[in-house]
Amino acid sequence: MAVSTDATEVGMVLEARGISKSFPGVKALDDVSLTVRRGRLHALLGENGAGKSTLMNILAGVFPADSGEILLEGRRVSFRNPREAREAGIAIIFQELNLIPHLTVAQNMFLGREPLTRTGLIDDARMNRDAAEWLRRLKLEVSPQTLMSGLRVGQQQVVEIARALSMRARVIIMDEPTSAITEQEVAVLHELIHQLKRDGVAIIYITHKLDELPLIADEFTVMRDGRYVGSQAANAASHDDIVRMMVGRDLSEMFSRTHAEPGAEVLRVASLHLTHPERAGDFAVRDVSLHLRRGEVLGVFGLMGAGRTELLETLFGQHPKRAKGKITVDGREVWFQNARQAIDAGVVLAPEDRKREGLVLSLSVAANTSLACIGKTERLGLLDAARENELASGYVTRLHTKTPSVHQLVRNLSGGNQQKVVLSKWLATQPKVLLLDEPTRGIDINAKKEIYALMDELIASGLGVVMVSSELPEILAVADRIIVMSEGRKTAEFTRAEANEENIMKAALPKN
Amino acid sequence: MSPQTKDFLARFQSVAALLLMVVALSLMPQISGTFLSQENGLNVLRQISVNLCLSIGMTLVILSGGIDLSVGSVLAFSGAVAAGLLKNGIMLPAFGVALQFTTFGALVAGLAVGAALGWFNGWVITRFKLPPFVATLGMLSIARGLTQLWTKGFPITDLGPDFAFIGTGHWLGLPMPVWIASLLVAVFVLITRKTRLGRYLYAIGGNERAAQLSGLNLRAIKVTVYALGGALAGIAGLLLTARLDSATPNAGIGYELDSIAAVVIGGTSLSGGRGSVLGTVLGCLIIGVLNNGLVLMEVSPFWQQIIKGFVILAAVALDKMNAKE
Repeated sequence: MAVSTDATEVGMVLEARGISKSFPGVKALDDVSLTVRRGRLHALLGENGAGKSTLMNILAGVFPADSGEILLEGRRVSFRNPREAREAGIAIIFQELNLIPHLTVAQNMFLGREPLTRTGLIDDARMNRDAAEWLRRLKLEVSPQTLMSGLRVGQQQVVEIARALSMRARVIIMDEPTSAITEQEVAVLHELIHQLKRDGVAIIYITHKLDELPLIADEFTVMRDGRYVGSQAANAASHDDIVRMMVGRDLSEMFSRTHAEPGAEVLRVASLHLTHPERAGDFAVRDVSLHLRRGEVLGVFGLMGAGRTELLETLFGQHPKRAKGKITVDGREVWFQNARQAIDAGVVLAPEDRKREGLVLSLSVAANTSLACIGKTERLGLLDAARENELASGYVTRLHTKTPSVHQLVRNLSGGNQQKVVLSKWLATQPKVLLLDEPTRGIDINAKKEIYALMDELIASGLGVVMVSSELPEILAVADRIIVMSEGRKTAEFTRAEANEENIMKAALPKN
Repeated sequence: MSPQTKDFLARFQSVAALLLMVVALSLMPQISGTFLSQENGLNVLRQISVNLCLSIGMTLVILSGGIDLSVGSVLAFSGAVAAGLLKNGIMLPAFGVALQFTTFGALVAGLAVGAALGWFNGWVITRFKLPPFVATLGMLSIARGLTQLWTKGFPITDLGPDFAFIGTGHWLGLPMPVWIASLLVAVFVLITRKTRLGRYLYAIGGNERAAQLSGLNLRAIKVTVYALGGALAGIAGLLLTARLDSATPNAGIGYELDSIAAVVIGGTSLSGGRGSVLGTVLGCLIIGVLNNGLVLMEVSPFWQQIIKGFVILAAVALDKMNAKE
């Protein structure tokens, strides 16, 4: 449905006009405007660093804008803190959910506004009753007295939405709600969104998954480098149009891959099992066999919980006691007890969660780069700053890492550049096998492109790569062979020529 | 603001606070004469030496993301062991011999006892995955009890001139404790800035999981850190015992708090990964000058405690405000 000019006046709930915001050293937002209407979903698109989250934080009262104005149902408002925004009817559901795991669902929903009895104590009965009513309306079948920690991420999101609705939110902002939930949960969320729209709630929806737009969005706005690029009705723009708006140019050569003949076998895994950490008698990885040659990318596809990450961790020596099977690196049988042994044998892992597992954010680019091979930067038993800087600078240049200097703290880099620092750290150890777990998750399109180019270069130089990815287009474009996992098992293996979205997805869906 | 500037400002603030205190005290007519005397200056330095030794170790432990509450008790036991061995030797009933100790032997034994208790802390923390707070709280009690057992509840005094020399002697015009503490500062500045161990401390304090996945041996590093912390507490115990010419069962009670205060005032983050030994030196100096000034001004000891408490709060609040910028 096209957005008519009349509709811009009718049903407008929230309007941001000419918002600008600077942080030390960056202009995060430059004259950005956004209009949200009753019962509509407005998708906000753009690469990481485009300023989407900054804009949402301003709308939700997390911090103020430097200039510009916000109109809520035609009245000018300015929020000093998130509570004022919430009271005015604007709720934000952050990517990292704001819930307290050791409290119950009801306690979380009514945190800070618990109903009281006449004696001033918390009225638990009423709180649980009210919570149950909201959960029922949102079709979430859990008791309000369940502990939050017992819920899956998708269910926790529904609780956040219930909390927002119970506060009479008229505008709900969702920041990448589908980035961490399973396909089934995505479907549930989409259905819930349709219901919210029917109830007249306006939704601002940040996403990187363009495939979602036809299913839920009414209109979208694209931002780039802190600026407003354009808005359109969702059904009026093709996938390619949107990507072009986001990137500012054509992306025909996104996944370029110079073909090279794979070399000798570098990794072989036979009948690998890993027991499940919580369920006794069950396996997180079950009877997986694979092999990898030099100069080859083996793609591993699977839905959440398929055992992909566990497979990589086991190969990297993280579960020596819980796992069994046979692993051969370069013809020698190995069983790594820890990361050190794996690194020394030439097997390294770039983990999915860079900030928690890949980097020491409080250290510099140089210190992170040398962390796994610090011996190389020593002279007479002492660290040699010149050598370390030289090592780090070499990788900064080679990987096009954008950083003011190698002394910059990694904390201050963008996601894509942080990933490049992780890769620098591993390349500095001269690995034979690079295990990549979701190497491009949450990083912008340009950085993605650079990382693909780097992978291409590494493969050409004889490295073997195992890449776990949950993005089908990525895995189809990058991998030479693809194995699919489901519920811990390897359910299929395809060559590049055989694989397509349909047969991969079919193999990935759980059987029961 | 770049991290370098921020670091510089943080350091600058501590230096500025110290200078401000020195200037203020120098300008007070009733005390400036005494305060500015060479004797008083050396006195302050000598007084902070013990806390400085403890605080260097505490800095390492806190940088690695831990805490050591046992240093006061470990200090007491190390001092008592050295004093007892020197004075009475030790009976080995199994062999029917009594071992006598030279001053040097007693010093080495005291140091070794500190290192061993620290090692035990590290072992418990890594082997049983106990939070450092709990593990060292246990050791706080264990080492205090050991001290009382060893001393049977009475001070061990009269340890001879050789032993007393490290606490009360002078060399080139400076008190021995000041030399020893300065040497340790130099060594540990080098270790934290220029060695693998130092880098690893910052890495595991900054992000333990990432450090482990980068191939660092967390267990070995942590055990080393706590053993070093214990050894430094041992040295502090020897200095204190030598200065007083007496090892008392109640020595060092509450010293862990002074030491944590010095580390925190010196800008080291209690959550680990950020800070420096030089910052801790400044922290110790600030506490030392403050104590000295308050005593010279004849402020009541009750008020001294209250003022010290506010200084700690102000230091950390300033640090927080800086971090927010």
